[in-house]
Amino acid sequence: MTIKTVLEAVHDAMQEEMRRDKTVFVMGEDIGARGGVFLATEGFLQEFGEDRVIDTPLAESSIAGVALGAAMHGMRPIAEIEFGDFIWPTINQIVGEAAKVRYGTQGKLNAPMVLRAPHGGGVRGALYHSQSVEAFFAHTPGLKVITPSTPYDAKGLLKSAIRDDDPVIFLEHKRTYRLVKGEVPDAEYTLPIGKADLKREGSDVTIITYGLMLHHCLEAAETVEMDDIDVEVLDLRTVRPLDIDAILETTKKTGKVLIVHEDNKALGVGAEVSAIISENAFEYLDGPVSRLAGPEIPAMPFAPPLEEMYMIDSEKIANSVRQLAEY
Amino acid sequence: MAEQTGNHENGAFERAVRTAAESGTDKPAVSNTKSNKQTPVVDEKPTDSPDLLSMYRRMVLCRALDERIWMLNRQGKAAIMASSQGHEAGQIGSVEALKKGYDQFYIYYRDLAVLLELGLTPTEIIKGFVAKEGEPLSGARQFPTHGAHPEYGIINLSNVVATHIPQGVGAALSAKMKGEDRVVIIYFGDGASSAGDCHEAMNFAAIHKLPVIFFCENNKYAISVPLKNQMAVDSVASRAEGYGMPGIEVDGCDITAVYEATFEAAQRARSGQGPSLIEAQVERYLPHTSDDDDSIYRPPEEIEEAKKRDPLQMLKDLLYSSDTLDEEQEDLINKDARQIVNEATEEAENAPYPATNDFYKHVVGDNPA
Repeated sequence: MTIKTVLEAVHDAMQEEMRRDKTVFVMGEDIGARGGVFLATEGFLQEFGEDRVIDTPLAESSIAGVALGAAMHGMRPIAEIEFGDFIWPTINQIVGEAAKVRYGTQGKLNAPMVLRAPHGGGVRGALYHSQSVEAFFAHTPGLKVITPSTPYDAKGLLKSAIRDDDPVIFLEHKRTYRLVKGEVPDAEYTLPIGKADLKREGSDVTIITYGLMLHHCLEAAETVEMDDIDVEVLDLRTVRPLDIDAILETTKKTGKVLIVHEDNKALGVGAEVSAIISENAFEYLDGPVSRLAGPEIPAMPFAPPLEEMYMIDSEKIANSVRQLAEY
Repeated sequence: MAEQTGNHENGAFERAVRTAAESGTDKPAVSNTKSNKQTPVVDEKPTDSPDLLSMYRRMVLCRALDERIWMLNRQGKAAIMASSQGHEAGQIGSVEALKKGYDQFYIYYRDLAVLLELGLTPTEIIKGFVAKEGEPLSGARQFPTHGAHPEYGIINLSNVVATHIPQGVGAALSAKMKGEDRVVIIYFGDGASSAGDCHEAMNFAAIHKLPVIFFCENNKYAISVPLKNQMAVDSVASRAEGYGMPGIEVDGCDITAVYEATFEAAQRARSGQGPSLIEAQVERYLPHTSDDDDSIYRPPEEIEEAKKRDPLQMLKDLLYSSDTLDEEQEDLINKDARQIVNEATEEAENAPYPATNDFYKHVVGDNPA
């Protein structure tokens, strides 16, 4: 085991897969000589050369579209979108095209590509460097959407994403990049896509979450220990496909579920998780399925007090947990 | 055009091409003047000289099939049809210059002749239009002619115009990375040439000198919008200079000229010299699709004028003038085509609709990593 940051885990996963498989390559803006704006591909150009580390023009639709074409013809591209906020020009190529390759060709073609993007806020990124983008992709059959929270998960899931035979959207919360450190095995490992992970066991209330929010939820769980509330925390890790079994299992165990995500609430991941619980575990509930999620404003503002108002922290989570526990 | 038939050394490409490197900034990237040949010959031509009589036979079949499918639509049996009438020489001439079963063909919805040339049978094609079991591209999940046939190198994934252009460039990137000498030809209309994806794809392909032929079938209409409302320049090919690749304007109704231009572009692509943009000036004789009514926006005289350069008639005239075709043969060819189309129609119409038992299949793979 070695202590790594999320960023190092992402870097190492790609590096190992590129060493293992010659069809894996990276493309994106500033990923070559610069090593990526966050340094996720630092040293790649030197190690793998410019044929496999392609600095692209500033043109996101073609980053996705060219990657998709290469993927349909035997390569395993990892396309980086510099910030999640710049991912919108790829929607046509990803939601409109990549997601439908397999279905629209009756399985004759498939697209083993990964579209990576740092996303999320709390980094003074304002409207255009803070957005959460997962719900838009998670709505789409044919895609897989991964939102890791720890270095261990990021590495194992990114390696699986690269080896997966379908398009995977891999969303790394940029605030976790250097903030979150954790143990990562030195030996080779992968993690299954679509499996949630119980990050904390408890008996009174379940928090279901993913990404950066996991860490705030774990902190909140410790805080409410003093109130004698025993919190279970389920990290979804993958938001499409959702791990329905794990969601129902923890619901049946605690009977009270709070869903926490940074993305805004309406029609978000929490809405789907809540509906799954209502449809399948209604009789186990001891309280309303609750959501603590981003506000219904277009995006995260810049000024510190405004950003703070947007972001969910452990205090807000602890308050929601207490309310639900008292129900 | 008769005098140029088979004369590959002084072909249409020679007459039409001007590379970006050659052309000055004050001049268009394309011209009909002769320019120096820059490309060394690195590959044998797929056929020494295209068999024009055979190509005529295939064009007759395509026209007959196209007319039949249009009729099936009018009979309420085919839901939608985008006719290829007027585009056939551009399609057949370009496929003839490439390696079937090896090169990759990113086509769009008006490429009926490309499908036939690459090996789809009339029965399989009609099955697509009447959405029957055995349709080979998507199992009749998609609109007719859409889906993929990897063995034939056919990819027509999407109905969204121009989205396939960067994908085709990605296919070419893959070929280059794998060290294959495969060429990717991307067919699209003048309408698609305005899309951002077209620009991004051409730029990317030119930067990396990818083995791509951008083949624009310019029929001068994007559904109802005429060329003058689509672009301020005279030709799509003239844009090539801005990307740093050759732009070639060619008479898309002249099958020999198209063959020559495509062959030269393929040689350049195969030898690592990068992409080319061919603009084949073709005609559209029917409305955009069977759901369109072109009488609202297009004067009938314009269509009559366009029919004066019907690629089928032009090739027929060429064959008559060289005594390669006579009336007896022509009748036989027409009769054969009718019979093939009749039999294909019957077989396709009698086929069952696809079963619904794999409705949920092929959303994602069965074997996740």
